[in-house]
Amino acid sequence: MDMLIYLIPIALFMGGIGLAAFLWSLKSGQYDDLQGAAWRVLADDEADSSKP
Amino acid sequence: MTCCTMDADGVLAMSATSFSSEEVALASHPLGSGLFQLDLSVPDAHCGACIATIERALAKLPSVRKARVNLTSRRVSCVYAKEVEGRPTDPAEIINAVNSVGYRAHLFAPVAAENDKTRNQLLLAVGVAGFAAANIMLLSVSVWSGADAATRDMFHWISAMIAAPALVYAGRFFFQSAWNALRHGRTNMDVPISLAVTLSYAVSLWETMHHGEHAWFDATVSLLFFLLIGRTLDHIMREKARAAINGLARISPRGALVVSPDGSRRYVAIEDISVGDEIAVAAGDRIPVDGLVSKGESDLDLSIVTGESNPVAVSQGAAVSSGAMNLTGSLVVRATKLARDSLLAEIINLMEAAEGGRARYRRIADRAAALYSPVVHLLALVSFLAWGFLGGDWKQAMLVAVAVLIITCPCALGLAVPVVQVVAAGELFRKGIMVKDGSALERLAEIDTVAFDKTGTLTLGTPRLVKTVADGDADVALAAGMALHSRHPLSQVLARGTPIAPMPFDRVSEIPGGGLEARHGDGHYRLGSAAFACAQTSNSASPDNPLSEVVLTSDGVVKARFFFEDVVRPGAEETIARLDAGRFETFIFSGDRQSVVDATAAKLGVRRAVGALSPKQKVDECEILNERGRRVFMVGDGINDAPALAAAHVSMAPASASDIGRQAADLVFFTERLDAVTEAIEIARQSAALIRQNFALAIGYNLLAVPIAIAGLATPLIAAVAMSTSSIIVVTNALRLTAFGTRPFSRLSREPVALAKEIKTAWTCSST
Repeated sequence: MDMLIYLIPIALFMGGIGLAAFLWSLKSGQYDDLQGAAWRVLADDEADSSKP
Repeated sequence: MTCCTMDADGVLAMSATSFSSEEVALASHPLGSGLFQLDLSVPDAHCGACIATIERALAKLPSVRKARVNLTSRRVSCVYAKEVEGRPTDPAEIINAVNSVGYRAHLFAPVAAENDKTRNQLLLAVGVAGFAAANIMLLSVSVWSGADAATRDMFHWISAMIAAPALVYAGRFFFQSAWNALRHGRTNMDVPISLAVTLSYAVSLWETMHHGEHAWFDATVSLLFFLLIGRTLDHIMREKARAAINGLARISPRGALVVSPDGSRRYVAIEDISVGDEIAVAAGDRIPVDGLVSKGESDLDLSIVTGESNPVAVSQGAAVSSGAMNLTGSLVVRATKLARDSLLAEIINLMEAAEGGRARYRRIADRAAALYSPVVHLLALVSFLAWGFLGGDWKQAMLVAVAVLIITCPCALGLAVPVVQVVAAGELFRKGIMVKDGSALERLAEIDTVAFDKTGTLTLGTPRLVKTVADGDADVALAAGMALHSRHPLSQVLARGTPIAPMPFDRVSEIPGGGLEARHGDGHYRLGSAAFACAQTSNSASPDNPLSEVVLTSDGVVKARFFFEDVVRPGAEETIARLDAGRFETFIFSGDRQSVVDATAAKLGVRRAVGALSPKQKVDECEILNERGRRVFMVGDGINDAPALAAAHVSMAPASASDIGRQAADLVFFTERLDAVTEAIEIARQSAALIRQNFALAIGYNLLAVPIAIAGLATPLIAAVAMSTSSIIVVTNALRLTAFGTRPFSRLSREPVALAKEIKTAWTCSST
């Protein structure tokens, strides 16, 4: 049962990474326009890069 | 790109919304270093091509640094520089650029930031609860698989440490709501939820401290997780509807041109207009405050103010009310009331007075909770006392009581209602109908009476050419050519509605209250009302005639006659027939003249039609029906309908309605067809049936599971399995609603309902 000392923190840490990734994606506005994001996949890139 | 071309009405609406540079500058907020951000609402954007078109058009402007379309909220946020190469830029050109590629753009009041914040907080809470639930479940599975004494204790302790912050953070929505309800002496769904969560955590912690065998941390946190999902979905549904509705807000004038006694003009905010100020109102603008015309003549479109379908001619000395659209000539209006005392303010007062009925309504989940929580809490208490006194083991008694609370946890109940309503709202959204909140669906399922406004609701609110009497195409071309020069709605329809190419005129003068006058070659032409065009008093068109007539004369000789009518909304007849078949009582409450209202009523087969009603009388009519025990569904659009929309049990407005009408209504439909009314009722009834089924399922499950818990046989494993199963069953049952939509199952109609414009355009979009 000694390996539990490592395994539990590792499990929690990996879960924590997932949570942190979710929090980051939420903060950076990735859920603000789900409909638009679905369309932008299909759009050409030049609309975004035309301005510096 | 078929979806992205503007329809004629859109262009018409566009020409009516022009913003001055000052107004646009006022609406943008500074970002520092000479940059400003402007947020615009673009209600017509709805596909990928729209995003690209708008962003490309804006990126071409030298002043624009960044432009990004948000399709969900139908907005553009645009960062622009105040100065480019030393020259100041004109922010109004941003709006013009959007308009020039064929989209309407409005300024809007930034009220939505608050909602986004709540949504993000809810999503964060879901994330935290999900993280906690997953990890605790991991540890719990190990315990259930047979972890022994010391290991089990350690796992329980870790679970407790994960659960505590998650509970405080993710559970606060329920705790706050429950506390609010209790403080006001009520109970709602959140009271049993909060109690179950806190008690189970406390007992689990106590068990852990005493090296107990069973801890309920997994149940506690996954209960929160499930419920938060329901709550977040519910919030997103409402936010989506609100964003779509707010996007339509045609900002009422924020300011007006005040003419000083010395003749100079300055632009002042609408609140700063004082009584006695002279205000210049150009053709195409709305009257900002109530007043008297002191100079000029024009025609006013009152359709949104009073429901009057024909434009009204005004001249010096006439009283005008705020919200009316000035159509043909420039006016100078002397303000007789402050903005806050104007018609709109009176309407708002009426609305507030009328809103009693809706505020009294209690959500079905809360009503269920009022019955449910005493029963559950009593049951838990009785088991606790019974086990304590009969068995003598108070620790065991406590465990049994908590098992009862968790097994009967309102998880299924808490999900049963929101999930059905979210699915129903999504189904309506696809048909072009926005629902502002779930309680509107509950109320809509109860109605037995439908009251319609006429102008703009049963009819489209814009006249259509119904009959042309002319000798030849040349005369029609003449009339269309003259009509091109006017903003009068009848002229606009005439210019657009004739298939013949209009004859070009160089000079056409408009006589407000009369019509148009022009010379072409040696002919002297007049187009307008019979009285004006024939230059004599004519009794051919009595004021009660529902058809409006426009006459073209050449040197006093009648060349052509055009007849217009405010056409009924497509699908109106079928809707009324279907409502009749469904045993709903139908009414028309209109502010228009009785004769016009009667004509529409006869055409549609509505038995009771009341015309010439003031806003207050509309409310009274609704209240008389309420007192007779009727549940009224009011469908209306105008400023004058707003109080009645608030007074009715539930209400609906078309997207073309006045801002205040849309705000007052519970549902807003974006389609042109009136079928939306029956579709909404149908789906509301189906969802009510599903909610009842879900309640039955949840209660049935409790009847099975509670005896197990009372007998003391429920382990945390059994509780977790039972809880998840009941939630899944309830959610699956809710999803059946979308299956109804594809089947011709319905209570109101036997034929499949027409697809909404929204879907069709979505398809044409995706196929381009």
